[in-house]
Amino acid sequence: MSESTLTRNTVQANQPPSPLREFWSYFRTNKGALVGLWFIVAIMVVACLAELVAPHSPFEQFRNALLQPPVWQEGGSWEFILGTDDVGRDILTRLIYGARLSLMIGCSVVVLSLSVGIVLGLLAAYFRGVVEVAIMRLVDIMLALPSLLLAIAIVAILGPSLLNSSLAIAIVSLPHYVRLTRAAALAEISRDYVTSARVVGAGPLRLMFITLLPNCLPPLIVQATLGFSSAVLDMAALGFLGLGAQPPTPEWGSMLADALQFVQRAWWVVTFPGLMILLTVLAFNLMGDGLRDALDPKLKH
Amino acid sequence: MLQFIFRRLLLVVPTFIGITLLTFFLIRLIPGDPIELLAGERGVDPARHAMLMAQMGLDQPILVQYMHYIADVLRGNLGTSISTREPVLHEFLTLFPATVELSLCATLFAIIIGLPAGILAAVKRGSVFDHSVMTISLTGYSMPIFWWALLLMLVFSVNLGWTPVSGRIDVTYWVDDVTGFMLIDSLLSDDKGAFISTLSHLILPSIVLGTIPLAVIARMTRSSMLEVLGEDYIRTARAKGLAPKRVIFIHALRNALIPVITVIGLQVGTLLAGAILTETIFAWPGVGKWLIEAIHRRDYPVVQGGILIVATLIILVNLLVDILYGVVNPRIRHNK
Amino acid sequence: MALLSIKNLTVTFGEGDNPFRAVDRISYTVDEGEVLGIVGESGSGKSVSSLSVMGLIDYPGKVKADELTFDGSDLLSLSANARRKITGDDIAMIFQDPMTSLNPCFTVGYQIVEALKVHGGGSKKELKARAIELLKQVGIPAPESRFDNYPHQLSGGMSQRMMIAMAIACNPRLLIADEPTTALDVTIQAQIIDLLVNLQKARGMGLILITHDLALVAEVAHRIVVMYAGQIVEMAPADQLFVTPRHPYTQALLRSLPEHSAGHARLQALPGVVPGKHDRPQGCLLNPRCPYATDRCRKEEPGLQPYPGNSARMVKCFYPLNDEGSPAV
Repeated sequence: MSESTLTRNTVQANQPPSPLREFWSYFRTNKGALVGLWFIVAIMVVACLAELVAPHSPFEQFRNALLQPPVWQEGGSWEFILGTDDVGRDILTRLIYGARLSLMIGCSVVVLSLSVGIVLGLLAAYFRGVVEVAIMRLVDIMLALPSLLLAIAIVAILGPSLLNSSLAIAIVSLPHYVRLTRAAALAEISRDYVTSARVVGAGPLRLMFITLLPNCLPPLIVQATLGFSSAVLDMAALGFLGLGAQPPTPEWGSMLADALQFVQRAWWVVTFPGLMILLTVLAFNLMGDGLRDALDPKLKH
Repeated sequence: MLQFIFRRLLLVVPTFIGITLLTFFLIRLIPGDPIELLAGERGVDPARHAMLMAQMGLDQPILVQYMHYIADVLRGNLGTSISTREPVLHEFLTLFPATVELSLCATLFAIIIGLPAGILAAVKRGSVFDHSVMTISLTGYSMPIFWWALLLMLVFSVNLGWTPVSGRIDVTYWVDDVTGFMLIDSLLSDDKGAFISTLSHLILPSIVLGTIPLAVIARMTRSSMLEVLGEDYIRTARAKGLAPKRVIFIHALRNALIPVITVIGLQVGTLLAGAILTETIFAWPGVGKWLIEAIHRRDYPVVQGGILIVATLIILVNLLVDILYGVVNPRIRHNK
Repeated sequence: MALLSIKNLTVTFGEGDNPFRAVDRISYTVDEGEVLGIVGESGSGKSVSSLSVMGLIDYPGKVKADELTFDGSDLLSLSANARRKITGDDIAMIFQDPMTSLNPCFTVGYQIVEALKVHGGGSKKELKARAIELLKQVGIPAPESRFDNYPHQLSGGMSQRMMIAMAIACNPRLLIADEPTTALDVTIQAQIIDLLVNLQKARGMGLILITHDLALVAEVAHRIVVMYAGQIVEMAPADQLFVTPRHPYTQALLRSLPEHSAGHARLQALPGVVPGKHDRPQGCLLNPRCPYATDRCRKEEPGLQPYPGNSARMVKCFYPLNDEGSPAV
């Protein structure tokens, strides 16, 4: 009888939840992370359906409605819910198209720097020696400069444009991924499963990308989420300084810069783009924090 | 200890060389050669072009050119600004105190609020206060500071009229430039009004520039404090019958501060990058505004020299932090 | 009157109707000059119970007791301030891992002087002289130069001596040693135990020695408390406990010792582990692991009762073992 109790308990204990399920159950307890996730999903849907959702065209200028306030203020109308800017463009529409732009830039920046960073980091960890020293020195130098300053320097050379500033941001966010990948790979590479894969005869490429990489992913996923937020933020900063998207592109940072001179007369032209930047960046940071807590085995128990 | 400092110094050398390589090649990546750049729209005739090339040593092998550049840099010659014809280093040095003054005030603001907030949040873990500190600091960390600056300006300068909109001091005051630090200079001028004006001009820019460091410091202090409070030696201290204040401020804080000091030191980079945005918005005559204007004017010697100086400064501050870390942490100080 | 007297001490963690009981209604006393051994597996609540005596249980932990008195004064009704005057002065404690129990940022001298200063004080010179005297007492060579060492410059055994010096600095009347030798090399363990016992004898302190090492307490303790899953399952004078264990758990612990299983081919291990937060069984907490468990054990929980015919011994079992080691049915 006592034995049967024992066996029953063991059977129950031997069925751990699937990793994805376990992850979700941890992630779900973090309310902030959930709010961030839902906000991001919502903004993604809106950005994808911009043509359907947005009430106007982002470039159409309504000459008879310059600097019209939002709907709840005197003089506002339902046609322009968040008001219009100095040349009569609908702010809500431009915000929606701006969301699409910001998410696209964030995505491509993260993909680019993540993939290059992973390759460099794995090379450094796998080959050690000169390769490692060269890569890590370069990374150190890049980290010595604040990322915004480095991005500004790169844009200064390449010339201000949306493409160049995205490229600059991708370059400056590279070092974090290289460092993380290398650190994680170095910790894994001495494990027995890597040695056994090597003994079985796996080549360097297979070892690096099939054996090692999946085990280095958790910190990279977290960093990619946080990288998304800093890409959005840096992009907006560059746009604000006139080094990123050029007018009339509906980019949040440059919308702010365009509106600077109307700050005193029309608070809405400044408030809403900035609020969108803040909320988006905050959402990604909240989600990144939640991911880190859910993926970090040290904090789990 | 000396050996420790020496070793850290040695580590800095390759990084510095890397930075000079970066700034050296940076200028060569720009389409068109420096002579054409200098001439601008007007253009240069080929004979004069060749002569200038020889004069500036641009016809020599790239390695030789780099050696010349390094030699110049080490002698403090960072070139002259295309638009003002002033030596870059000189321009930098006149503007730098303004940036330092602003950054120091911002750091002070960040530490004075961030450190106690982080400590208290850790001690009252799980309380409403803790949750508020965490939420506010994550918001601050996510803040686009250029927008934050505009909001504060809109509320406190435009609507309430409490603080001035921009600049370092009211135009009605004239203060002799002694140290370059307006706070000190206005104090020396014996004019109370000038000092108050300077102070009020500093408030908003300091808050704006200090926001992100504040968030980082508060979060770091909290997590570092939480980790330390769970250590065995804290239990030992409490088992001695020490008062909670002594346990927190002597035994825990000393250990918790070690990573926090590092983080504060690393904020120098954030501050200088943030200064570019803050100074542009508040028309603060500092290094950040100078750099951005140089980029817009395509004044490449200024961009090149400015970035080199800023990067070098950041490396030096990081070195200082590293050494300070050794002083606070006895485990590092004794070899290893 | 007992130096320390505990009745129905319970320490709970967590909220709600069914919080986790890390320590479950335990009662024991320690007299002046007595060595009490507390034995149990990890997770049995040994450390938590002694931390609650020190007043070191933090939120969300809650301490409840019918009685928790030290030298006649009720510790639970004291203000936090008054409680701290006793903690570290009359009651002192040393911990399992000496390497992490000393603050790495201060010299050991500073940390010992601090203990002296907070419960008395004196001039700087006096304090230092007393601290060095203490270092001598705990057998630290060249105490004057060790005084200025940082913890990371000391070995494990040396660190534990420093911890002991710090604990006895204010002449405590009760010393709690929580697994004082577990983290140390085997060769050092005996030295530290000898030191503790010598100090205890010389000063007439009460000593609570917490350990999972039965062999260790066998030689040193006067009385032994055996804990399982937060409860006391057996309490007996040391010499009797080892000869005639009355509780199946104690018997199992003894049988897992190499020197007690000389006749058997292999060591006998108790199957399973101590129940945790979620898998507490009904009835007697040991029943899933107990070879003698009956239906009654699975339904009802036995109380801690005096063993028939010997009031010095207490056992928490419906069927206490007889002298032959089999249950009385």
